[in-house]
Amino acid sequence: MIEVKGLNKKFNSLHVLKDVDLKVEKGEVVVIIGPSGSGKSTLLRCLNLLEVPEGGDVIFEGIKINDKNIDINSIRQRMGMVFQSFNLFPNMNVIENITLSPVKLKKVSLDDAKNKAISLLKSVGLEDKANYFPSKLSGGQKQRVAIARALAMEPDVMLFDEPTSALDPEMVKEVLNVMKKLAEDGMTMVIVTHEMNFAKEVGDRIVFMDGGTIVEEGTPEEIFNNPKSDRLKEFLSHF
Amino acid sequence: MNFEFLPKYYNFFIQGTKYTILISFFSVLLGIVFGTILSLMRISNNKILKMISTSYIEFMRGTPLMVQLFIIYYGLDVSSIVGGGFGDIISGIITLSLNSGAYVAEIIRSGIQAVDKGQMEAARSLGMPYNMAMRYIIYPQAFKNILPALVNEFIVVIKESSIVSIIGIHELMYNADTVRGVTFRAFEPLIIAALIYFLLTTSLSKVLSKLEGRLRVSD
Repeated sequence: MIEVKGLNKKFNSLHVLKDVDLKVEKGEVVVIIGPSGSGKSTLLRCLNLLEVPEGGDVIFEGIKINDKNIDINSIRQRMGMVFQSFNLFPNMNVIENITLSPVKLKKVSLDDAKNKAISLLKSVGLEDKANYFPSKLSGGQKQRVAIARALAMEPDVMLFDEPTSALDPEMVKEVLNVMKKLAEDGMTMVIVTHEMNFAKEVGDRIVFMDGGTIVEEGTPEEIFNNPKSDRLKEFLSHF
Repeated sequence: MNFEFLPKYYNFFIQGTKYTILISFFSVLLGIVFGTILSLMRISNNKILKMISTSYIEFMRGTPLMVQLFIIYYGLDVSSIVGGGFGDIISGIITLSLNSGAYVAEIIRSGIQAVDKGQMEAARSLGMPYNMAMRYIIYPQAFKNILPALVNEFIVVIKESSIVSIIGIHELMYNADTVRGVTFRAFEPLIIAALIYFLLTTSLSKVLSKLEGRLRVSD
């Protein structure tokens, strides 16, 4: 579904991604782990071109999307993204946050969008918060709304950029549970996270990054129980 | 203190206030229009538009309002173009709004740039084009951010409008000074003018702080 070939990304003199190759199959849950500054968030953000790579290909369902002639907006409608800092729109209440893009971009009627939003809110356990403004929600609630907002566009793949890193420990679980359910329902997911237990439990494939390259990848069993590289062994010893 | 001149001359203050309100109103209005255009030029990716806007803003902020007024009034000789005795008022409004526009542009620009970067990213990640994200996500938040600074700028315009008395517009400051001249009393007419300015600026900030309060429901 997504294929990355020879990806290179630089921030000025800092070479963050060095010839990265990655493949994500339909229905697969790929979890990217690694130390801070290893380039995992940048890699994720290159998948929907929030970061534009200097070199290499990002291929989504057979189309090279880092190309000038591609309408990136229509591609992004099919790739949901969830951010570390939630990024709910504070000028709108929960239901408006969720319905805005389906109504404006997919020309869904407001009533249909609202019904869909309510059922999404139910699935993340927040149907009673529909008319709340984001400022009145806890971090965990905000993140669940953010997931519902991304799902409202009915994306083919969901990208998660450290979705629990800004949460209090007791709220991490409610977000992870929503993500787990999503994975069980067959959603294709790419997740950057520091939650190793979650990665082990939910990931079909684990990708370990360090220094802008993919050092090792494999099943959770291979990565967590039989790490090959010293770098990965050292990294896992911190948990 | 002796206000015995008031029954005879009160109309000077009323007429003057009318002109002050008229000039301030149109200057603020046009200032917002100029300021919005300038700020959009300033944040655009077009280097030429950006440069024009930046130099304009720097120039207007770096030169005295009175010099600007004289350039417009004498330099461009607006009176001979417009005629009918409106030339001086129009010169005043043009100068004040061109000047205010530069400040408004900076206020708007800083308000837009103060909106968290993640907001644009979230909007774009949903597939919204840039302009749509600006319209539904960035501008509403920026507007709320800049309202206090904008109110402040409006108040500045009302106060600075007194400078157009120098080109002979019969607004509040000019008329207060006229009363000073004919009554040989300096203190009282100027105190009255000051109180009227104060009344105008405080009532404006009261009205607009109500609006601000209404925008704050989402906080």
